[in-house]
Amino acid sequence: MSNNQINSLDPRVNRLDLSRLKEGKVHTNTHLITWEVFHLEKRGKQAVHVGVVHAPNPEMALLMAKETFGRRGKTANLWVAKTSNVYTFNMQDEDMFETTPEKTFRDPAAYRVRDRIEAYREKHNL
Amino acid sequence: MYGNTHITEEEAKRLNTIDEDPEKLQAFEERIANGEKIEPGDWMPKEYRRQLLRMIEQHAHSEIVGALPEGTWITRAPNFRRKLALIAKVQDEIGHGQLLYSAAETLGKTREQMLEDLLNGKSKYSNVFNYPAVTWADVAVIGFLVDGAAIVNQVINSKGSYGPYCRALERICYEESFHLKQGHDNVVYLATGTAKQRSMLQEAINRWYRPLLHFFGPPDRTSQHSEKLMKWKVKLASNDDMRNQFLDQYVPKIWELGITFPDPNLKKNNDGIWEFSDPDWDEFKRVINGGGPCNKERLEVRKYAEEAGRWVRNALMNPSEKYTIPLA
Repeated sequence: MSNNQINSLDPRVNRLDLSRLKEGKVHTNTHLITWEVFHLEKRGKQAVHVGVVHAPNPEMALLMAKETFGRRGKTANLWVAKTSNVYTFNMQDEDMFETTPEKTFRDPAAYRVRDRIEAYREKHNL
Repeated sequence: MYGNTHITEEEAKRLNTIDEDPEKLQAFEERIANGEKIEPGDWMPKEYRRQLLRMIEQHAHSEIVGALPEGTWITRAPNFRRKLALIAKVQDEIGHGQLLYSAAETLGKTREQMLEDLLNGKSKYSNVFNYPAVTWADVAVIGFLVDGAAIVNQVINSKGSYGPYCRALERICYEESFHLKQGHDNVVYLATGTAKQRSMLQEAINRWYRPLLHFFGPPDRTSQHSEKLMKWKVKLASNDDMRNQFLDQYVPKIWELGITFPDPNLKKNNDGIWEFSDPDWDEFKRVINGGGPCNKERLEVRKYAEEAGRWVRNALMNPSEKYTIPLA
């Protein structure tokens, strides 16, 4: 591949003997699969999705997850799940959640009885 | 570590003739104007996808290639603590590459194809990594000023419109604050050391001054603009604005050490704008197009890694498993 020898400042690069390179391209048919990574910061918290790693099997996915997402701060555990095993709604169907905030019957603040009690007590001299 | 993306005349033209469903385009632009993020799986204009992919991919390549000039000095760090910090920083850069490749993949290009385009020259990386780290003082200057410049760019871009890129950048910026601090510590240590250490630092600053000015891309008056990229929050500040912010934050931190920049015209005007001599934009173009001192070495080393490591990948591959685009 290289016609003229590279003279690097890095002795390790010079030792590589880059002139032995035959092809110097990526075999684009060798995709490793992807894994979604979940990070548990500490006991008692919820695991949170933090990103993705590429790996051929779950053991290596965990190893990659540890190196990628466990280098800072606290970690109690990491989970990995194959991307292909995660099912999601279509992002463009987000509007199906639109009416949720209107459903005030799920809201504790929607239930106010004090006025009614006071009115009743007054009326009946309780 | 990454500078800034710039577009060609042809790309600017393409961005000015968007051919999309007007209703969808309007909803998309309204979402961005409201400060909402775009997520994978959302409808997006073809040009938005293309420009973002190009930008995130180049950023990812810059992280991977950026580890090479500094990696040169791991075996020759001056003491154990500096060596540990440098190894940690280089590992961070590779980790940032991983995060960014994943973000780019959500736009529909595989990591292998991105790496292939890096090796065959179709895809670029930040120009600054085509220069060598000649002495240990260069490592100090890279850690402080190149990372400082990258943080200026990355903090701004983390306010962009594409969810996966923003999330990756937030994590990256958080981690890079350590790079900046250890780089500053390293610079200050040399600046307050022996006469030999001071002169090493001064020489390294002299070498990196121009590449640092080049880092944010050509001046606004000579570069292609795209209102669209600003409107879509793919680009959030002009090259000159980012460069000015960088000079404003970092030049005083070098001057206070009694170290100078090799430019008698470098000064801040009353309007807050920094003035500097022409940093030779022809050289910038020359280096981008392969004429820099280390372009060839950087790519050959990546090619070697790909070729020499292929048997490991092949041994690990499970051909019955099918690749899926990552979720986020």
